[in-house]
Amino acid sequence: MKKLLFLVIMALCAPLAGFASEGGPHLDKAPDRTNDPAALQHGAKIFVNYCQSCHSASYMRYNRLRDIGLNETQIRENLIFSSDKVGDLMKVAMQPAEAKAWFGVAPPDLTVIARARASEAGSGADWLYTYLRSFYRDDTRPTGWNNLVFENVGMPHVLWQLQGQQVLGEGHKLSLAKPGTLKPAEYDALVADLVGYLQYMGEPVAQTRKRVGIFVLIGLAVLFAFAYALKREYWKDVH
Amino acid sequence: MSAMMTNLLEWVDARFPLTSNWKAHLSEYYAPKNFNFWYFFGSLSLLVLVLQIVTGIFLTMHYKPDASLNVSGVPVAFASVEYIMRDVPWGWLIRYMHSTGASAFFLVVYMHMFRGLLYGSYRKPRELIWLFGMFIFLALMGEAFFGYLLPWGQMSYWGAQVIVNLFSAIPFIGPDLSLWLRGDFVVGDATLNRFFAFHVIAVPLVLLGLVAAHILALHEVGSNNPDGVEIKKKKDARGIPLDGIPFHPYYTVKDIVAVVVFLMVFSVIMFFIPEFGGYFLEYNNFIPANPLVTPPHIAPVWYFTPYYSMLRAVTVNFFWIDAKFWGVVAMGGGVLILLFLPWLDRSPVKSIRYKGPIFKTALGIFLVSFFTLGYLGMLVPTPGRTLVAQICTVLYFGFFLLMPIYSQLDKCKPEPERVTE
Repeated sequence: MKKLLFLVIMALCAPLAGFASEGGPHLDKAPDRTNDPAALQHGAKIFVNYCQSCHSASYMRYNRLRDIGLNETQIRENLIFSSDKVGDLMKVAMQPAEAKAWFGVAPPDLTVIARARASEAGSGADWLYTYLRSFYRDDTRPTGWNNLVFENVGMPHVLWQLQGQQVLGEGHKLSLAKPGTLKPAEYDALVADLVGYLQYMGEPVAQTRKRVGIFVLIGLAVLFAFAYALKREYWKDVH
Repeated sequence: MSAMMTNLLEWVDARFPLTSNWKAHLSEYYAPKNFNFWYFFGSLSLLVLVLQIVTGIFLTMHYKPDASLNVSGVPVAFASVEYIMRDVPWGWLIRYMHSTGASAFFLVVYMHMFRGLLYGSYRKPRELIWLFGMFIFLALMGEAFFGYLLPWGQMSYWGAQVIVNLFSAIPFIGPDLSLWLRGDFVVGDATLNRFFAFHVIAVPLVLLGLVAAHILALHEVGSNNPDGVEIKKKKDARGIPLDGIPFHPYYTVKDIVAVVVFLMVFSVIMFFIPEFGGYFLEYNNFIPANPLVTPPHIAPVWYFTPYYSMLRAVTVNFFWIDAKFWGVVAMGGGVLILLFLPWLDRSPVKSIRYKGPIFKTALGIFLVSFFTLGYLGMLVPTPGRTLVAQICTVLYFGFFLLMPIYSQLDKCKPEPERVTE
């Protein structure tokens, strides 16, 4: 009876599943760098060099970067350019009001951007990975840049010297018009590292929680064995 | 027991009904011996309630209900949640427990309510248990709604905006009522602070009182069971139901097994997929609330979506009153109609085991429409989806409103004298 009910429900719901698919740009799968400390450190370096001039990461402390294998001296010498202390939050010197006047919109805080950008189309990392590789020249825009994933984006292509200049061609496809200092594959790898870092920064505790979770589950499995044996013992005399 | 402990117990018992309550509610509360899987969800609801209260207490120690912007231009409330996630030792665990617990609460409560539907647990003499339970459900919905504003993300903000605006659809008093609820012309700091007050003290107090009433009423009349027969009708010479077993130790040890299994499922979600694909923590809620940017698609969390679908399903103006108002009526009615269940079911038997094909079919249709509404409530409406939602809303209400008729027509099997294995 219960099984029948379940089957009926599933059968009736099946045609509705078709409603789920929605349009939107296709997102490339971001390579997973979250278990690669060297890649994350590289990503952190790109972040502070290229992103943090305008974007804060104001929930993140510099010294948290010990998570990805850096010590405080390394952090202080390589990643802090302002007068910030190692225990400070990764803020930005620019005032939100000024930023709004310059770019039309205040650059968003990027601490949890990798979590915010997730959708049915893909993970937040996929979105960022595709976005950072989808800038193209567009002279109708005030910055001279547009983006396939984020139409009429306020941000110029900050990494253009590395990637070069893409143009939008036939069939809505991007092609490289002027090469940058990096080969396309190198640029993709660099973006992957940066996205890996953003993913880490979105939830620094992600690896810890999985590790803790395994121990908790083992503990609960042991507890289950005892709880089940106890129940069996008590229920022997219930007929 | 040592003499000292006995003396201490006697001392307490002379002053407080400790032993008598222990007996009345645990060691000599006789529960039917044939409880099945569905009967775990009552004690699990209690467990989740305790979990939410305890984690909630710790969260309030660092959470700040403040909508003003900090130096980085981020609302203080939003930043304080991330502070808990990063800088408070084990704060992430407490926060994920609370956020996963919110969804878990609705899951176990929906299962618990469905159990009542399956086995007729709301029927005489358990009408008040059902009513108290329904008030718990209502309070829980309020608790979840108020709590969802607190992280002050985009979904928090716009979800509250949408729901509070619904009240403005009420003729004449609507606009003033929604203003009064918000405490401001837009959802703002005043709203955040009053929702915080409701979430951490007002509603939890009501919830605890209702839970006490729910359990007291249950222990007064005794538990129903999968066969829907009264175990108190057949007692032995000592006046103990023949099919009853003491709640403690039998069901305490059995519920411990269920608790461990529940915690394992809970842990898998909490430690490995805390966002649960955007269903438990919506992705858009990682963007701080911005009153100037309306998200393209505002969807409530999954546990509200069946009722949200009903709200959106009403698209026609009746009696020159706006469709939005009738949508609110449909949504509210969808929840409140459950209150009348004890008086709508006229079947000669309680349990689905002895009910006939008509009730089983009706229950099947009800489930399909409920799940479909829930699913549609998460999606952007299209004309096709709205039509499906309208059909499902009619089916949902039909299940209840036609029950007095079809439950009497049904060909039921005879109930057994005693519970079956």
